[in-house]
Amino acid sequence: MLRYLVNRIIAFIPTLLGVSILVFLAIRMVPGDQITAMLGTEAGMLTQAQRAALEEYFGLDKPIVEQYFSWLGNALRGNLGYSVRHGEEVTKLILNHFPVTLELAFLSVAIALIIGLPIGIMAAIRHNSLLDLFGRIISMLGLSVPNFLLGTLIIYVLSVVFGILPNSGNYVDFHEDPVLNLQQLIFPAFAMGFSFAASVMRMTRSSMLEVLGDDYVRTARAKGLRERSVVLVHALRNALIPVVTLIGVEIGYLLGGAFIVEQIFSLPGIGRLAVGAISQRNYALIQGVTLFVALNFVVINLVVDVIYAAIDPRISYDRKA
Amino acid sequence: MIAKPEAITTELRTGRRPALWRRLIANRSGAVGLVLISLFVLTGLLGILGLTPYPPLEQHPRDRLTGPSATYLLGTDLFGRDLASRLMRGGANSLQVAAFSVLLASTVGTLLGIVAGYIGGQVDNVIMRVMDIFFAFPTLLLALLVVVVLGPGLQNTVFAIAVVYTPIFARVARGPVLSLKEMDFVTAARCLGISERRILFRHVLPNTMAPLIVQVSLALSWSLITEAGLSFLGLGTQPPEPSWGLMLSESRSLAETAPWLMLFPGLAIMLGVLGFNLLGDGLRDVLDPRTATRQ
Repeated sequence: MLRYLVNRIIAFIPTLLGVSILVFLAIRMVPGDQITAMLGTEAGMLTQAQRAALEEYFGLDKPIVEQYFSWLGNALRGNLGYSVRHGEEVTKLILNHFPVTLELAFLSVAIALIIGLPIGIMAAIRHNSLLDLFGRIISMLGLSVPNFLLGTLIIYVLSVVFGILPNSGNYVDFHEDPVLNLQQLIFPAFAMGFSFAASVMRMTRSSMLEVLGDDYVRTARAKGLRERSVVLVHALRNALIPVVTLIGVEIGYLLGGAFIVEQIFSLPGIGRLAVGAISQRNYALIQGVTLFVALNFVVINLVVDVIYAAIDPRISYDRKA
Repeated sequence: MIAKPEAITTELRTGRRPALWRRLIANRSGAVGLVLISLFVLTGLLGILGLTPYPPLEQHPRDRLTGPSATYLLGTDLFGRDLASRLMRGGANSLQVAAFSVLLASTVGTLLGIVAGYIGGQVDNVIMRVMDIFFAFPTLLLALLVVVVLGPGLQNTVFAIAVVYTPIFARVARGPVLSLKEMDFVTAARCLGISERRILFRHVLPNTMAPLIVQVSLALSWSLITEAGLSFLGLGTQPPEPSWGLMLSESRSLAETAPWLMLFPGLAIMLGVLGFNLLGDGLRDVLDPRTATRQ
């Protein structure tokens, strides 16, 4: 197990380096020079000498490889640069916006599991029944309604039909007012969780169907166990293994920020920070957020792999075994 | 279910299973998917050819924000432009972006995947590690990053979405090649002195097609969502050119007075994505016997 873990971590370093190179180069490939990009229109007021001084200060006069390594070195020390527009460090901005995204991600997954698991299990037990058909229609719809469409519709129904405005830019932290905070997050979480509920439903159903046909389930039944304990104790435990992987991958995605949903519901999360940075052409911020999100994503995928190997008895960690 | 007599005779005569599209039509998901997509392709084609009720960009200032009527089938928007015509043209734009990006991604991805799998060794290692780097980004973020570098617009959207889906095709294509290249028919072909390139493209590639075809259909549905998402954020199709995502985004401020502006683009996005998802499910049932039994 330990060897497997070490091998996985070693294999993951080149990917991370690649990601950092890609993020670094992408921003350098944007047309126009960095000083203008940083300062916007105000860069026009700089004298030649001031511009040269700034370039020297930010190390832009050095060769690109040297620039990359100094950027990487800073990034490793948690320094992702400075957002001139916000007047704040990029790292600080990211850490300020991350909790919202984190909370939203976990709420979405919770909603998806509450909806998806029971329907998926019931659909498998009552295979080919009306309930199964209903579940399949719901999951097909869930996979076909993008979260931004569902979000838009939710806001419409809430505001026009019920006269409620979920939140108009006044986001409240959980520790300030938990009830209000949950009220603000529940609808966007539903918008994001619904399509994931559909995936969970489908995956649970198909893996339950597979497991219910297995020999050990037949043995459990033959022993005279009650159907409920066969399904919930014997079958479900193994059927959930692929669902766990699915949850991990989804959390990775969700922590990358709900770019559009956060925008629609005016939530100050990572996604909205990124979209704002892009529309303002705030390159230091784009670079920082992208690196942060990709890093998150890679690490979570690694964790999911390891958990998967740990909970599935059919997978052995050492090749020789 | 009892097969029709003519189906049996064809099968006997040719000794083959019925053609793919026949099996697809017999599959419920596949049939509904095909109908939905045909509908969109048809209206999209009319949109490209300019055969819309009104020119999509033409403004009718006296008829601003009118509801659906005999004159304007689905109503008009803030500038008095006909919504039905804009949906047709927008659909054409979205479908074009989806089709070209998936074409690009599947061609490049498949090529990289089969070459990596077939040659193996260091080539495989390098190609797949590079693909892993692209996999390290959530889809929309990677698309956004490409748009940041290239700038918004129709062509760049195609490229952005293609970059996102290329690694997926590479992975899907590489998998079966790994086992195919060890098979007897490949060894036999090599013994006959057939060139490696010919073996790869004529003997190995056709055998990887089943999972790739399913993947194409699913990728079309995702790229439709990604295009709508980018346009929703104002980074895809640029106004005044219509796009479903952009129209949905613009409708938000007018939702109370003109709900049809939100309803119809929303329905269009949903039905388009649903169509490709159903087709993908149908194809999977027809092409992959393992999942078919489970349904």
